[in-house]
Amino acid sequence: MNAIIFSAIMGVVMMFSGIITEKKSAISFVAVVALFILLAANIANTYGLCSISINTHDLLHFSKFGLYFNSILITAALIFVLLSGSAVEKVGNYAADYYALIFFVLCGTSILTSFNGLLMLFLGIEIMTIPLYILTGADKKNLKSNEASLKYFLMGSFSTGIMLMGIALVYGANGSFALTTPAAVPNSAGVIPVSFLLVGGYILLFVSMCFKVSAAPFHFWTPDVYDGAPTVFTAFMSTIVKAAGFFAFLVLFEANATLLGPSWKIMLTFVIIATLLIGNITAVFQQSVKRMLAYSSIAQAGFMLFALYTYNDLAKEGILLYAVAYCLATIGFFAVLVKVKDHSFDGFNGLAKAQPVLAFSAVVFLMSLAGIPLTAGFFAKYYMLAAVIKSGGSFWIVLVALVFAAISVYYYFKVIQAMYFKSGDPEIMEVSSGYKTAIVLVSLLVIAIGVLPSIVLNWFYF
Amino acid sequence: MIALLLILTPLATGLLSILMTKGGFAKNFSLLASLVTLVIAIAAIQAPVAPAFDIVWLNNLGSRFTLKMDGMSKMLCLLTAVAFPIIFTSVYKNTYKNAASFFGLMLLTQAGLMGVFLAADALLFYFFWEFALIPVYFLCSIWGGEKRIAVTFKFFIYTFLGSLLMLAGILFIYFRTADHSFALQSFYHVNLSGKEQSLIFWLFFVAFAIKMPIFPFHTWQPDAYEQAPTATTMVLSGVMVKMGLYAVLRWLLPVFPLATAQFSNVIIILSVIGMIYASLIAIRQDDIKRLIAYSSIAHIGLMSAAIFSADKTALEGVMLQMFNHGINVIGLWIIADIIEQQLGTRKMSEMGGLAQKAPAMAILFVVMAFANVALPLTNAFIGEFLMFSGLFRVNMIIAAVAGVSIILAAVYTLNMVQKVIYGELGETAIKSTDIKLNVKLALVVIALAIIALGIYPQPMINLTNDSVVGLIIKK
Repeated sequence: MNAIIFSAIMGVVMMFSGIITEKKSAISFVAVVALFILLAANIANTYGLCSISINTHDLLHFSKFGLYFNSILITAALIFVLLSGSAVEKVGNYAADYYALIFFVLCGTSILTSFNGLLMLFLGIEIMTIPLYILTGADKKNLKSNEASLKYFLMGSFSTGIMLMGIALVYGANGSFALTTPAAVPNSAGVIPVSFLLVGGYILLFVSMCFKVSAAPFHFWTPDVYDGAPTVFTAFMSTIVKAAGFFAFLVLFEANATLLGPSWKIMLTFVIIATLLIGNITAVFQQSVKRMLAYSSIAQAGFMLFALYTYNDLAKEGILLYAVAYCLATIGFFAVLVKVKDHSFDGFNGLAKAQPVLAFSAVVFLMSLAGIPLTAGFFAKYYMLAAVIKSGGSFWIVLVALVFAAISVYYYFKVIQAMYFKSGDPEIMEVSSGYKTAIVLVSLLVIAIGVLPSIVLNWFYF
Repeated sequence: MIALLLILTPLATGLLSILMTKGGFAKNFSLLASLVTLVIAIAAIQAPVAPAFDIVWLNNLGSRFTLKMDGMSKMLCLLTAVAFPIIFTSVYKNTYKNAASFFGLMLLTQAGLMGVFLAADALLFYFFWEFALIPVYFLCSIWGGEKRIAVTFKFFIYTFLGSLLMLAGILFIYFRTADHSFALQSFYHVNLSGKEQSLIFWLFFVAFAIKMPIFPFHTWQPDAYEQAPTATTMVLSGVMVKMGLYAVLRWLLPVFPLATAQFSNVIIILSVIGMIYASLIAIRQDDIKRLIAYSSIAHIGLMSAAIFSADKTALEGVMLQMFNHGINVIGLWIIADIIEQQLGTRKMSEMGGLAQKAPAMAILFVVMAFANVALPLTNAFIGEFLMFSGLFRVNMIIAAVAGVSIILAAVYTLNMVQKVIYGELGETAIKSTDIKLNVKLALVVIALAIIALGIYPQPMINLTNDSVVGLIIKK
């Protein structure tokens, strides 16, 4: 509960901080402090120290897993603000408002990591996405940003409609918003009847969640929105928001996957393969690094979906690790991307010579995204695939995923090639030494988790 | 502990070297570091108790940081340790842009290779397997030839795909081990049905076959050898291809005995096809680097065939030849590099008469060439003889067909010698001079090793005796 309350309060505080001071760096500083407080509050909640509790009549349920996941998300947001605070300030004149919106998004993610009913799921999703529509369009004078915002809004509301329809059907079948379905009573012939309302409702929920985490074939909004949004907010959207969406997806279907019977695995296999295929293959052909990252985020979603496919201990640990690895690498790489003016692949030519520190960090982040050993991304993928094999899932789906992982090397390494092996004179914004230190620290963290993933996972068991 | 030092020394010095600003200093530092590693390797081999190291690493995954050094590891660690000082000496006078990074990455490669040869835990092995590849990717792409980027990328994706397949195989076996562990011994005791073995066997084998490379997975190799900077090519063909052979011996044969028996004929035939095919292409080559590359494929093919013949004599030959081929081919690359630097071309049709200008090089070149043909009194003769006698015992016809490749090897190697150093003084050779002291030193060391091991190979054969016996018993 702490995180939900504090994030809402901090959002309001951020809004007013814009009135008190005009200095943008001061506003960023306030945001960092507020995030630290939020993180401390959430950690205190995890260990049962001074936590606020309100009787929500079981609408919210604070599990250790959810709280820990929320801590990861808040930490990621903190790293995001520390790294990209200066970029947030540059988007427009309303830095305080942007930070306020970011805190409201975090309020949404805090609900999503603790919901215990469909109503709260809906609230969480809405609280999380509505500020995002605004952030996407934050670059007011840029046509692309406006277009992306409108597109995101239209598609997002459409999928929300589908979700509401699904919730209504499930409510109709169960008579409650609870996540668990009461056991069906066999009819006179001894057959358990299939409730079409229930199955239909959950399929609609599945579709809308696929939309939110940009899984194929519901991914069409992703490239345009990620490409059009101000780069710094793309980093935020594609990491923290997406990870929260995945967590909600996981919790929603943990109890209900069996409802759909064997067709659940078939449906999910189709979505996973389609997501991996479309994400990876399309990313290969991109000319712009930013757009490539949009497709790569679709491809990464394909890997994260394996957690839904298996639902065992390894998958749970895996999704934690995946969230950490993916957030760190993506936020880090976007922090490099923000500094490069030309977002095409050629814009990176010769970056290694001009900015060796940035280029080195970018290599670490890209390798982590590609899943090369010694980086966090390797263990993220490792856990997902191990979970599939452990659950006795079909071995061929693992092989397919690995082939796509090999393909992903192609587009990630194209950036490395541009930076290190091609000569050019990249246009780079000014990079302060503090920025360099921060980004190198993040990349060292990625390597540290890649060597000892237990530094993330052990916390979960404490 | 001494086993850990074998990895840590090149790793730490490599990282230090990358951070240095003065290229010349980094070069001396790296040479010194590689010599220190050599001393450690010799100490490790001489140690009365087989060096080992074991520490908790990924506890909840069942993986430990375990290093073990048996005879086969000793042989390959020795090769790795010997190769780098020789390579560094031979390129001592070369100038590289950003030399500190170049030598640093070379040392990191050495650390990765040592790890591969020492790891006794499947996940650790996989880590080092990839770790060895990444510095090579940068080495080839930054300091390579004209088409370096595309060629290296092909090489990288090829091997990366292979190792991902291996990872899937490792995971599969891991969940079948009794104690859910990645330890080598657990892998050796795993019970897999024949059907499972024949699937997982190929996942591993493809990864190793790409690395070796054997026909038909070899297509990345000639291009990569041609485009890589010569010092890296020496590492690639001298030491790195042995990763594939070593991995087959360490991780494939003992884990999949049924599948090995089932598919050994297929693989022997593929290897022999590769030998003949690569030899025939080598005969037609005009580019000296490509010729050596194809000749290397042929030699690796023989070793791969000998491994799958699973005969004691043949295995002894393979272990010995892994070392011998390593240093011999490094010698050939040094010569090829010198020739290219002196004449400014790699086309043999434009060369000739180099012996008149560079007599010392000519003599050493002929020694290397004889070793490449495996003439008696050179080290390669012993290795190839053992392999052939083993193959002959298993299948006479295959041994006979494979034997043709010796004749073909003589054809292309002697042809190369003839075109390069004999004949009339070519236009390109007029301005050339004899080799410098550092190159002479490197080549003389190799030549001495060739002759010494050609006359008295017994100590080397004894070194790997335990591994060979172990492999035969496992069958």
